[in-house]
Amino acid sequence: MNTHVASTGHENPLLRVEGLAISHGAVPITTPLSIAVERGETIAIVGESGSGKSLTARAIAGILPPGINATGTVTLDGISLMGLSETELRKIRGFRVSMLMQDPFTMLNPLMRGGDHIDEMLRGRPEFASRAPRAAEVKRRLAEVGIVEDDVARRMPFQLSGGMCQRVALAAALARDPELLIADEPSTALDVTTQAEIIRLLRRIQRERHMSLILITHNLRLAFSTCERIYVLYAGSLLEVGDAAAVERQPYHPYTLGLLLSEPPADIRVPRLVAIRGSVPQAADVVGRCGFADRCDWAKQICRAGKPPLVARDIGRLTACVRQDEIQCELDALRTAALCAAPATPRRDETEGALVRIDALVKTFDGPRGHPICAVKHVSLRIMPGESVGLVGESGSGKTTLGRCLVGLETPTAGDIRIDGIAAADFGAMAKADRARVRRTIQMIFQDPYSTLNPRHSVGQALSEALRASAGAASASTPERIAALLADVGLSAAYATRRPASLSGGERQRVAIARALAVKPAILVCDEPVSALDVSVQAQVLNLFKRLQAEHGLSYLFITHDLAVVRQIAERIYVLYLGEIVEEGPTERVIDDPQHPYTRRLVESIPRSANQHAP
Amino acid sequence: MTGSGVVVFVMRRFAVAVPLLLIISFGVFALVHIAPGDPVRSLLGARASDPATLAAIREHYHLDDPFLIQYFKWLSKVVQGDLGVSILGNRAVTSTIADRLGVTIFLSLMSAVLVLGLGVVLGAVGAFRRGTRLDRAVVMFGVFGISSPAFVTGIFLLYFFGALLHWFPIFGPGTGFLNRAWHLTLPALALAISVMAIVIKITRAAMIEELDRDYVTFARARGLSSRRITFAYVLRNALIPVVTAAGLIVVGIVSGAIYVEVTFSLPGLGALTIDAVQKRDIPTIQGTTLLFSVFVVLVNLATDVIYMLIDPRIRFGRVES
Ligand SMILES: Nc1ncnc2c1ncn2[C@@H]1O[C@H](COP(=O)(O)OP(=O)(O)OP(=O)(O)O)[C@@H](O)[C@H]1O
Ligand code: SF4
Ligand SMILES: [Mg+2]
Repeated sequence: MNTHVASTGHENPLLRVEGLAISHGAVPITTPLSIAVERGETIAIVGESGSGKSLTARAIAGILPPGINATGTVTLDGISLMGLSETELRKIRGFRVSMLMQDPFTMLNPLMRGGDHIDEMLRGRPEFASRAPRAAEVKRRLAEVGIVEDDVARRMPFQLSGGMCQRVALAAALARDPELLIADEPSTALDVTTQAEIIRLLRRIQRERHMSLILITHNLRLAFSTCERIYVLYAGSLLEVGDAAAVERQPYHPYTLGLLLSEPPADIRVPRLVAIRGSVPQAADVVGRCGFADRCDWAKQICRAGKPPLVARDIGRLTACVRQDEIQCELDALRTAALCAAPATPRRDETEGALVRIDALVKTFDGPRGHPICAVKHVSLRIMPGESVGLVGESGSGKTTLGRCLVGLETPTAGDIRIDGIAAADFGAMAKADRARVRRTIQMIFQDPYSTLNPRHSVGQALSEALRASAGAASASTPERIAALLADVGLSAAYATRRPASLSGGERQRVAIARALAVKPAILVCDEPVSALDVSVQAQVLNLFKRLQAEHGLSYLFITHDLAVVRQIAERIYVLYLGEIVEEGPTERVIDDPQHPYTRRLVESIPRSANQHAP
Repeated sequence: MTGSGVVVFVMRRFAVAVPLLLIISFGVFALVHIAPGDPVRSLLGARASDPATLAAIREHYHLDDPFLIQYFKWLSKVVQGDLGVSILGNRAVTSTIADRLGVTIFLSLMSAVLVLGLGVVLGAVGAFRRGTRLDRAVVMFGVFGISSPAFVTGIFLLYFFGALLHWFPIFGPGTGFLNRAWHLTLPALALAISVMAIVIKITRAAMIEELDRDYVTFARARGLSSRRITFAYVLRNALIPVVTAAGLIVVGIVSGAIYVEVTFSLPGLGALTIDAVQKRDIPTIQGTTLLFSVFVVLVNLATDVIYMLIDPRIRFGRVES
């Protein structure tokens, strides 16, 4: 077992985790890991989904789900936590270690008022024995997390927004003033601008209280901008540990580099993202070898001979790559090459001959008790043939409604839609031939491809169904055509026999794209097509979108909340806020020089660290 | 929530309940005519069938009027609390029912307390000790209870605790509160065991689900006491499905009471109904059936209201947004 701990030199860290191995029965979930956290220090555990971040956090707090067990040692300030009984742990949890769970919407008791979650934490203390001082304290605690509205304490969780829930939960987690807070993806489920607020809040509180913080995230850039030290977790093993600034400057492990390059930069457009091929394996499938070997361009025999140990390569820098010495200069070169900006995207000024033309579109829904909800207010938008247009906005801004109106899934309340010259505002009122033509011209890709693929149909069946719908050709769905479609999205012909359940998220999204391409559409409406995917897979799919655009002259309406994604793919963007377009223009102009306050807020919420692009 | 919100909700439920009750009353009324033979004969019972009595009955039950008119006349009397006269004892049906009601209410309440109290506790024990031998015993007990009808359990209890051990009386309803409770323990237990399985099952499943919830883990991560977590988090959330099923449970108890009363020879409403059916005492059957039906409808109404009161998501959702 490897016992290297990347500590900053202090002999006595607040938390020392050594050889922590988590397993589900006989199935390993993590290999022995070591983590150290100093007093007042912020560390990040970074990894893609399923890498074991949440379970590591729960193992530290001693609340693993039933059936999962952990071995190793967890020492907090000299006390070994692993052997403690539940009763003894209860005196440590809350008071010394506290934890925020991954999903703010499910973290609070649905039958308890927001403030009561804090109130119940204070009850044991003599100075808060009576109600009035406790209420005052709850108010003070809520103020600390930025809630000054009086009635939030009295509201039920379902009446609070995600950001509010997260703040209330944070106040509850901090109510007994712990020395260490473990925050499991505290911002992932929230809107972009709220994400930035929550992270700022966490950092402020961490600094003010001089508290230690373990931030768990899948976002490397967020980790760099927030934390002092980074632990990169992959398929249950730590691959790289080190000082945040140093790792960002020069990653030692090919996976860290891959992750860094996979994350689309928000401030430049790169010709092609450097994607990592394949997808994240399960820890149990990579026992006894480098977990990254199947996806690594530098993999050699030696990498599969045994699990490379995490060893120190520099002061406070550890990597689990056995070939780091040999390949470091190649890694560095790759990094430098990837950062060269793409040529400026061609500017189109003409608006004649637009493929899609939306004028003054309004969509209202019937709200509760007869109050209409205006989801889209007076939106006008153009998409030229072969152009890729981004539609950016937060949840609730009306972007999905707009997309659904475009493909005929909703009928607009007012306004005009023309697709390829055909009036397509009301699909029901269109001539049959026109409707068929519009359906072939425009296709939609959803965030969750699983819900749109029939689980009982094989990939081949789904594609042949789509092919039959195209152009009415009877002989359309030959195995060759299916194979060609699959090849188009980078899958082998063997995938035709697979069922959706056996595909990874990225593969499913590829199949959904292949199905949309079957009718040879002119434009794809993509609603958050990559936001459910792991960062490394997201880069692959974004590259696929780019390639398809170049090869087939496709147009896109790319609906997303992620400015970095839109920067990579769109030539022009529209910013939607509360159902209205508040800003539009060429992507570079809008992101580099936002005019509307809301756009500015969006741009500011992108995590950045000081040395963003130092090679 | 504002008081008016609750009122509106209850009114809306009443608006559904009233037509339902009317339909039931119509069915109950139609009993006289559905019963085989001449309605006059049915209503005559054991009395001598001299022309004067027959004419009196025709007169009393308006049998010469058109059917619907008969119904409305009957209904208006029912609403005023007049359920007619029992054929056998020649007593007002309402006063016969009033005599018998006490035992049935006592029995039902006692077993409702047993069902809900014991059922929730057993369900909770099963959930907390999931997978252990104790859990399996609880589940087995539930299966046993649901698969043996109340009268079978009743006979067994009677024989074992009454006839063999002499712990409990085997006959009669007792007088005074404590004596009655002592007399009704075995019947209430027999009744409870057959219905308890539902409560155990629902509670156990709901608690297991709750124990896995994020908010329970978060409560543990904050170091809350296990008592606080059990009651304010797990139990409180798990009780929502139990309350939703409470209507079903109470109805199950009351209908089970019919068998149990006969098994233990208790002079309750159930025994009265069975008796009336055997003797074809139509007015009494009408009276008890109507009473049971109204009770069932009211219980369901009450369940809805309680559900709304304990689940804020419904309470606030309706009034605010
Ligand atoms: N209760 C459980 N029982 C069995 N396996 C589990 C359980 N919870 C998690 N796992 C498995 O353990 C592995 C790590 O899960 P974990 O939740 O820690 O991942 P994560 O890094 O937090 O991912 P995400 O970013 O999606 O939250 C996964 O392969 C997962 O399938
Ligand atoms: S050990 Fe080998 S396979 Fe693993 S990252 Fe290093 S070079 Fe790649
Ligand atoms: Mg997680």
